[in-house]
Amino acid sequence: MWPPFCWGHFGAPQGASGTGSGPGPLWWGMALDLSWIRPEPKGLYLPPADAWIDPAHAVAQALVTHGHSDHARGGHGQTIATGATLAIMGLRYGVMPEGARVVDYGQSVDLAGGIRATFVPAGHVLGSAQILLERDGQRVVVTGDYKRRPDPTCAPFQPVRCDVFITEATFGLPVFRHPPIAEEIARLLATLAAHPERCVLVGAYALGKAQRLIAELRRAGHHAPIFLHGAMERMCGLYREWGIDLGELRPAAGVAKGEIAGHIVVCPPSALNDRWSRRLPDPITAMASGWMRVRQRARQRNVELPLVISDHADWDELTATIAEVDPAETWITHGREEALLRWCALHQRPARALAMVGYEDEDD
Amino acid sequence: MERFAALVDGLVYTRSRNGKLALLADYLRTTPDPDRGWALAALTDGLDFPAVKAGTVRALLDERVDEVLWRLSRDYVGDTAETASLLWPEPAAPQAPAPSVTEAVEVLAGATRATAGQRLADLLDRLDANGRYALLKLATGAMRIGLSARLAKVAFAQAFGVDVEQVEELWHGQVPPYTALFAWAADGAPPPDAQSLPLFRPFMLAQPLEETVVDLAEFAAEWKWDGIRVQLVHVNGQSRLYSRGGDDISASFPEMTGALHVPAVLDGELLVRGSHQGGKAGGAASFNALQQRLGRKSVSKAMLADYPAFVRLYDVLLLEGEDLRPLGWEARRARLEALVPRLDPARFDISPVIAAETLDDLAEIRARARDDAIEGVMLKRRDAPYVSGRRAGLWYKWKRDPLLIDCVLMYAQRGSGKRSSFYSDFTFGCWDGDPDAGAELLPVGKAYFGFTDEELKWLDRHVRQHTVNRFGPVREVDRSLVLEVAFDSVHASKRHKSGLAMRFPRIHRIRADKPAHEADRLETLRAMVAD
Repeated sequence: MWPPFCWGHFGAPQGASGTGSGPGPLWWGMALDLSWIRPEPKGLYLPPADAWIDPAHAVAQALVTHGHSDHARGGHGQTIATGATLAIMGLRYGVMPEGARVVDYGQSVDLAGGIRATFVPAGHVLGSAQILLERDGQRVVVTGDYKRRPDPTCAPFQPVRCDVFITEATFGLPVFRHPPIAEEIARLLATLAAHPERCVLVGAYALGKAQRLIAELRRAGHHAPIFLHGAMERMCGLYREWGIDLGELRPAAGVAKGEIAGHIVVCPPSALNDRWSRRLPDPITAMASGWMRVRQRARQRNVELPLVISDHADWDELTATIAEVDPAETWITHGREEALLRWCALHQRPARALAMVGYEDEDD
Repeated sequence: MERFAALVDGLVYTRSRNGKLALLADYLRTTPDPDRGWALAALTDGLDFPAVKAGTVRALLDERVDEVLWRLSRDYVGDTAETASLLWPEPAAPQAPAPSVTEAVEVLAGATRATAGQRLADLLDRLDANGRYALLKLATGAMRIGLSARLAKVAFAQAFGVDVEQVEELWHGQVPPYTALFAWAADGAPPPDAQSLPLFRPFMLAQPLEETVVDLAEFAAEWKWDGIRVQLVHVNGQSRLYSRGGDDISASFPEMTGALHVPAVLDGELLVRGSHQGGKAGGAASFNALQQRLGRKSVSKAMLADYPAFVRLYDVLLLEGEDLRPLGWEARRARLEALVPRLDPARFDISPVIAAETLDDLAEIRARARDDAIEGVMLKRRDAPYVSGRRAGLWYKWKRDPLLIDCVLMYAQRGSGKRSSFYSDFTFGCWDGDPDAGAELLPVGKAYFGFTDEELKWLDRHVRQHTVNRFGPVREVDRSLVLEVAFDSVHASKRHKSGLAMRFPRIHRIRADKPAHEADRLETLRAMVAD
């Protein structure tokens, strides 16, 4: 299903054989000149190419890591992204982005000013990519959002060796340790089975989380129809077009309560406590999100069945990935950057937080 | 412990009262003794492990987790036990199976200050994150999971099909793990003896009057005194003084427990002698004076002399072996009036009934009561029996309207628990002179309630956007937002730089429309000082 790619193409991380425990020497023994990449409050800017990565406002040329709305805004002159990300943007904004340029995983695009950009799977959602930027032998990886767990709906994250690793930190606190997804799916199915006269209403982010949840339910042997809130239908349709099997899905609208009893209903988190849910037979409110690890977060959203399912790396994965990629410098874009900075300091890794605005703590 | 942990989480996440009742009743029915008794005690704050302190948990984590990562995590999660349960490193070596609730209780109860940490750590190593959370909550005695003691008793009654009033009554004579109580409810054994012990009886409580209109022919009016509600019990030569929550506060007020010699259970307001409330003759001092006496384990002679306590009686529940609670209020009042002359007048008086024909008359009397620093009035249905809890239509409290002042928001701190992601504790100040002539703001109070959920979101956003300084969990904001603060009274205080301390301050309104320099000055607040 995925375009083939291989380690050799990106260069596998050197692991412990490279720099050891300290910051160590730089890859090619010379000081980093990073004047060609500049963190701005509105996104990462590449001055020689006049191009931006995930800019928060409309620009002439944008490289987009994935389709979530805080990273993939509309109105750019040219949008460079994977085919799936462009399709998702097209679905979201009603039209394909102007000047869309598809770059498959493993493919590179040469930008002005001698910068080469390569798209590498990030394992976050369908189409999500890290972007490897190379110029004059220097390598910078922008992760966008990523996770390390297997996900039947997208290509797995590939660690890429680099000088500067620009990472997210959405769950950058050591309290965030996501349990195995199979455990959470089992709890969901056990609750469903214990209340055959009710239904379980699961709040899940409409792009990525919902489809992953459904695909994991199928993998766990749950083949009953799953009912969808209207806002989910088109994105699930798009995933199917991209070859992801989601089993039988039905719209929840206009269906009698009796028919939904004993079934799972998936809706966007915002609809969980909305009037919309009144049509359902005494729903048990669930939410699939990494934030559900903290009890009061679940309580704030009136969630009775918190499912700790996240499309982001948890603390152990964030720190293990930095150790594995072993960059000379780590830059942290958004999330709980203070704790990750502290971890880097404790492990003698040079790091800095970029004051980026506009990336939200989405309802992951 | 796994079943208890699942119960705790179920109670945390279940919103409906009936849902919580069903969960707890099922647990009590299906869990063996003594586990269920210890669990019940933990859920109703009936457990205390003196050797285990909040600091014990902190010290364990200090050995295992970087202090900055701990602080950032604690700040985000908003709860020490939960943070610790999530950060606890999983042991590398295989461990013994998870402990039962009983084993955990026994291990912790036998701990000393020196051994508590290691014992707790060994238990934590045997549990998963949810189990660790439940254990830490149990060990530190701070469940706070939205389960009141009353609800636990209702669940107990529901689990075994017994009368909840009888459960309330018998409960207070029992100690964890309540084996006799379970034997009575679950296995039909005779009820434990309650009459011959100086037990706490559940209080009858009042609802706010709000828009309700009552007929004073059916309701009697009494002052609502500004002390603390207490129950004084004397039986078989033993006396106890209980606070509203049923805590035994006898040790703080030895003059009261020595003053009652008639076998009785009395309901009244604990006050300190003075002339602040209700005039010079037989008056009471302000709440501030009473506060000097609260929470002391032992009391000096000087304290006893400077702040002599007495009880202003409202009601009589039991008298010389007779249970008067089924009688109407008027009948009980007659018994109380007959009893008072037999009591020491230095330690007891009776709360007078207010003569008012109509609610309007009463409103006028109530409005004048501010000068006497009385909190408000109580309305009691003349034919109502004395029943525990807050029953609709029997007793009402009608508080005075609050005092108001416009302050400027100065600092905000993140809340805890449900509010841990919100800046919800607000410190505000008044100008110490003319703000246009360079006056400064001095903090006058701190409030963390009074606003709606929507207003809280608004305030939280305001704080984040107007931050000028950060001090750990506290943010200093620019001096731009006026808050109308409501409060019950204000007193002189040496503890605060402004020299003033408010009682029950709460955010009444957000005055985003009002420029900060138009907020009130200290002199305005000072003029409202009541003592």
